[in-house]
Amino acid sequence: MSRSLALPHSPASVRARQRLREMAIEWALRACAFSAVAGLVLIVVFVFKEAWPILSNPETQKEASLAGFVATPLWQPVGEVPKYGLIPLLTGTVKVVLIAMLFAVPLSVLAAVYSSEFAPPRVREVLKPAIEMLAGIPSVVMGFFALMVLASWLQSVTHSPMRLNALTAGIALGLGIIPTIFTVAEDALRAVPRSFREASLGLGASAWQTAWHVSLPAASAGVGAGVLLGLGRAVGETMIVLMASGNAAITSADAFDSVRTLSASIAAELAEVVVGSPHYSTLFFLGALLFTVTFLINVAAGAFVERLRKRLAGA
Amino acid sequence: MKRNPLILTLIAATLVTAPVLAGKAITVKGSDTMVILGQRWAEKYMNENAGQVIMVTGGGSGTGIAALINGTTDVCQSSRSMKQDEKLKLRDRYQTMGIEIPVAKDGLAVYVHTANPVKELTVEQLGEIYMGNVTNWKQVGGPDATIILYGRENSSGTYGFFKEHVLKNKDFSARVQTLPGTAAVVNAVAKDPNGIGYGGAAYAKGVRDVGMKKDAGAAAVLPTAATVKDGSYPLSRPLFFYLRKAPSGDTKKFVDWVLSAEGQKLAVEVGYFPLN
Repeated sequence: MSRSLALPHSPASVRARQRLREMAIEWALRACAFSAVAGLVLIVVFVFKEAWPILSNPETQKEASLAGFVATPLWQPVGEVPKYGLIPLLTGTVKVVLIAMLFAVPLSVLAAVYSSEFAPPRVREVLKPAIEMLAGIPSVVMGFFALMVLASWLQSVTHSPMRLNALTAGIALGLGIIPTIFTVAEDALRAVPRSFREASLGLGASAWQTAWHVSLPAASAGVGAGVLLGLGRAVGETMIVLMASGNAAITSADAFDSVRTLSASIAAELAEVVVGSPHYSTLFFLGALLFTVTFLINVAAGAFVERLRKRLAGA
Repeated sequence: MKRNPLILTLIAATLVTAPVLAGKAITVKGSDTMVILGQRWAEKYMNENAGQVIMVTGGGSGTGIAALINGTTDVCQSSRSMKQDEKLKLRDRYQTMGIEIPVAKDGLAVYVHTANPVKELTVEQLGEIYMGNVTNWKQVGGPDATIILYGRENSSGTYGFFKEHVLKNKDFSARVQTLPGTAAVVNAVAKDPNGIGYGGAAYAKGVRDVGMKKDAGAAAVLPTAATVKDGSYPLSRPLFFYLRKAPSGDTKKFVDWVLSAEGQKLAVEVGYFPLN
């Protein structure tokens, strides 16, 4: 306890002053901690408040309403008759995120298995920071790379008619979330007690059998948390998809069609809308939707981590 | 000689901020199409008028008009006319409908890849292409290949102009890929043998302009100074300055200079077209 640090022979006034200082510091720290929470609450309240007219204001609902979001097949919010169909945007978001996950999850989980189970310490010392450095690349740089280099290369391989498409954006997005999944999964794998591995190897299992049948299942909750955190990032990531996806609001299952995502629509359009207009409320509604989805994903990831801790503690 | 860095910094800071502090800076904001033009005007004008600061930023015509309404810019550059509801908002705040000053003309060029054999289109064909009714180049005299559509974000004045004058206010095809900025559209078309895009004529580098025909019987016209000026190019538009009230003082001097022979000549150098 820091409060009892005062020397026993110091006079009472010194002790009192010290106590006061300690209290002041504690309050200052508490204020810091809660200012972040206050920021979060304010943002949430603001986003939901700006989206509220969609549900409450009849004037707004004439142009943009929940029924219209589902029934309108087109996203064309500017024009004589504005059209706010969310289906193309939702399809686009799901498509890009799915491709990103299909690309990133196997790569990063297997990389984590290699790094934690097989790699000699010297290789690991290079590998881990190198993969984590991917997270340090600004997403706008990643997006630009996808736009200029990756898109051309992919088109020369796949011969898709659209140069910018869901595949390009999905792979670029996958590169962006690999560090998230890798780091969490690797930490979870390394947290698996040595005794598990030793028991398995002692019973005659090979290194690969140990990694696949013992370490990975034991760390599965942590790996799951990493995957979910990556998913949360992929859903909300904006800059990469804005630059690499072509942003055409097409409803289709084709990975070679251009896509427009929820986050990219907000980024592209919010700066221009008239404050309080139906278009403005709709964009905030998209924001609220995104927030809710990523929030739920993060809560689920938290639950996974909790389960992992309990399992390893109980082992 | 030993210099005191602090004093130097202070002097530099004073030099930079003094005109702003004195309230002399003119802020110009709006159309992405016009941002290069506005910057060139500002640079030249500032060279000739020491002490005058003009800050030019883009963001789109809508952003500029919103800034004019919110009072965060002195001059708004716009590639479209102000809408009625925007004028009403301005009236609510400032009891004025705003001042519209045409400052130059722009030809809305239609670009294709340099290898594309299609040399001309009618405005109607262009509309059909962008509405998604014509989807293959062979339908307009080109090779058998899917047309890849590129356009601007729905926030841009160019998008609004195109929707109104080419699509006659009908909806764009969902397959139009929207890119931020005309330069991005030009870049995409330059890389895409089957691409088509539109934007300000000043940007057409590495792509080929398509000749536009008013209707099937008319001759194809390319966007050049002469054709935009005399109105024979079908897709030309005026570019505007918007102000809250009639210009006065430094702003008036700047606007007058933009409209002078010197300012108009600069517009031509940048790739736009003069008013007269």
